[in-house]
Amino acid sequence: MAPQAPAARQAPPAGPVPAPSSWSFAVREFRYWTTNYRRTWRGSIYSSVLSPVLYLAAIGVGLGTLVNKHGSARLGHISYLAFLAPGLLAAAAMETGIGESTYPVLGSVKWRRTYYAAAASPLRPADVFHGHLLFTTMRLVMNCAVFLAVMAAFGAVKSAWVIAAFPVAVLTGLAFAAPIEAWAIMVTKDTSFAMIFRFGLIPLFLFSGTFFPVSQLPGWAQPIAYGTPLWHGVALCRSLSLGTATIGETLLHVGYLAALAAAGIAIGNRTYRRRLYV
Amino acid sequence: MPDPEVLIRAKDLTKRFGDFTAVDGIDFELRRGEAFGFLGPNGAGKSSTMRMIGCVSPRSGGELSILGMDPVADGPAIRARLGVVPQEDTLDVELTVRENLLIYGRYFGLPRNVISERTDQLLEFVQLTDRGADQVEPLSGGLKRRLTIARSLINEPEILLLDEPTTGLDPQARHVVWDRLFRLKQRGVTLVLTTHYMDEAEQLCDRLVVMDGGRIAAAGSPRELIEQYSTAEVLELRFDPGEHEQAAEKLADLRAQRTEVLADRILLYIPNGDIALTAVRDLGLVPLTSLVRRSTLEDVFLRLTGRQLED
Ligand SMILES: Nc1ncnc2c1ncn2[C@@H]1O[C@H](COP(=O)(O)OP(=O)(O)OP(=O)(O)O)[C@@H](O)[C@H]1O
Ligand SMILES: [Mg+2]
Repeated sequence: MAPQAPAARQAPPAGPVPAPSSWSFAVREFRYWTTNYRRTWRGSIYSSVLSPVLYLAAIGVGLGTLVNKHGSARLGHISYLAFLAPGLLAAAAMETGIGESTYPVLGSVKWRRTYYAAAASPLRPADVFHGHLLFTTMRLVMNCAVFLAVMAAFGAVKSAWVIAAFPVAVLTGLAFAAPIEAWAIMVTKDTSFAMIFRFGLIPLFLFSGTFFPVSQLPGWAQPIAYGTPLWHGVALCRSLSLGTATIGETLLHVGYLAALAAAGIAIGNRTYRRRLYV
Repeated sequence: MPDPEVLIRAKDLTKRFGDFTAVDGIDFELRRGEAFGFLGPNGAGKSSTMRMIGCVSPRSGGELSILGMDPVADGPAIRARLGVVPQEDTLDVELTVRENLLIYGRYFGLPRNVISERTDQLLEFVQLTDRGADQVEPLSGGLKRRLTIARSLINEPEILLLDEPTTGLDPQARHVVWDRLFRLKQRGVTLVLTTHYMDEAEQLCDRLVVMDGGRIAAAGSPRELIEQYSTAEVLELRFDPGEHEQAAEKLADLRAQRTEVLADRILLYIPNGDIALTAVRDLGLVPLTSLVRRSTLEDVFLRLTGRQLED
């Protein structure tokens, strides 16, 4: 009945203890997220399979049959399915990236307050941020892998280079996730996210070359589309999937996306500190 | 050479939020093995102080040294040796009781077998053994608080920070928590706690500071504070609301060391309550109720600030 109280550690650690690396701290937060994910992974796998199946079937195959009949010259003489699938891969990565970087962040700081639990441990705010980004990367890797498998099953893969589209799609997701996480940590109301979805995610999804070439847009709108991160992801995934990518083009797109992700990380290192260390 | 038994040293410690000063230049020292309290009303600056000690809130001024280190430069190393029970729980309510301890143990870099072993001990210590596999969400406030305390001990901390450990709990749940904290203290865990319950401070703290408006109004052991700022006994009198004022005037004749006229009762600070009560009756006053009691920290607080601690 009288449980033993745990004793205090009396002797302080002898000498200076080498601080664990930032990487190992980030992994500790990453493992928190994987533990949390264990409750929901089944459902999330279902939807990550179902979503590409539905899109590729309805639009790639269904609508694609109509498109192919009217000639696919503007698509570069390939089937609409082969055109659409790599674009959707990048778009799906964007969606995963945004999904992981909005409500989960606000929830951790406002509702469940679990970020504060991590901040009270040896982890620093930047470690908490990086740990979450690692988890986001894992989710991107999972979803993009599932997407590629579905794509292959639909016969939408035209070149072995599609393997290279895999990391590009993951990078596309991170180019969204890093800056949005850096911003989401400062957000106080979840209504801000509705703006991101309405004025960010949906227009990008529809007009960044996923469903039709940007060259089909009115002239004034084309430069805007070329400036969006999603277009860079879509364009590179597509040319890799079709086996037409050039080195220069690849470097340009990867550079753009990597710069965005890096900027997001740099900003997030500050915003996480500002929010968690009041 | 600084005294190695002093675990925390604060000098002129200050915290500002914009123009607002939440902690206004406080000094204190915490020694190994003691239970140290911050007693004060809402907004006194208790949590702000605790967060600075917890190295999650940079100080705006003054000096603060924790375990001989600087919280700004050595945050991770200091936090590795602290246990923290924050004012608001930060449990992951979607996870189970054991999972909460697992993730927290991992934050401290503990291997899984060590976490598992300590989890068994800690759950037993806070009497949650049979709830280990349950989700946290539906647990009562008292059970959640006990889980938070168990979690804060996973790294065998040298200093345990408890920010209002029992606020919002029913009396029975509070007593369970007090009992556990008392056992920890017996085992040599250094405790720092904040509270606005004077009985909590009296029961648990070897030494405490009374905080108000970001400043320390007084410091000492509960007994010292009561001896210094109050009398041995207090006579509490209630009168019919209509006679309250009048009675207060008449009571001035008693020349009590101090008289406090509160909204609902009058407090007479005197060495002997029974003698005073006889004297009150001799004045021809008939209180509705009367109570003779010993002085508490509540009286100290009233004396120091002119306000009541608990409302
Ligand atoms: N992040 C913040 N920004 C602005 N003001 C703050 C912030 N945190 C605390 N304050 C203010 O500082 C003062 C002290 O707050 P603190 O939380 O330290 O008080 P407390 O003694 O813990 O009170 P309580 O008993 O209500 O927990 C309060 O007036 C509070 O409104
Ligand atoms: Mg507080």
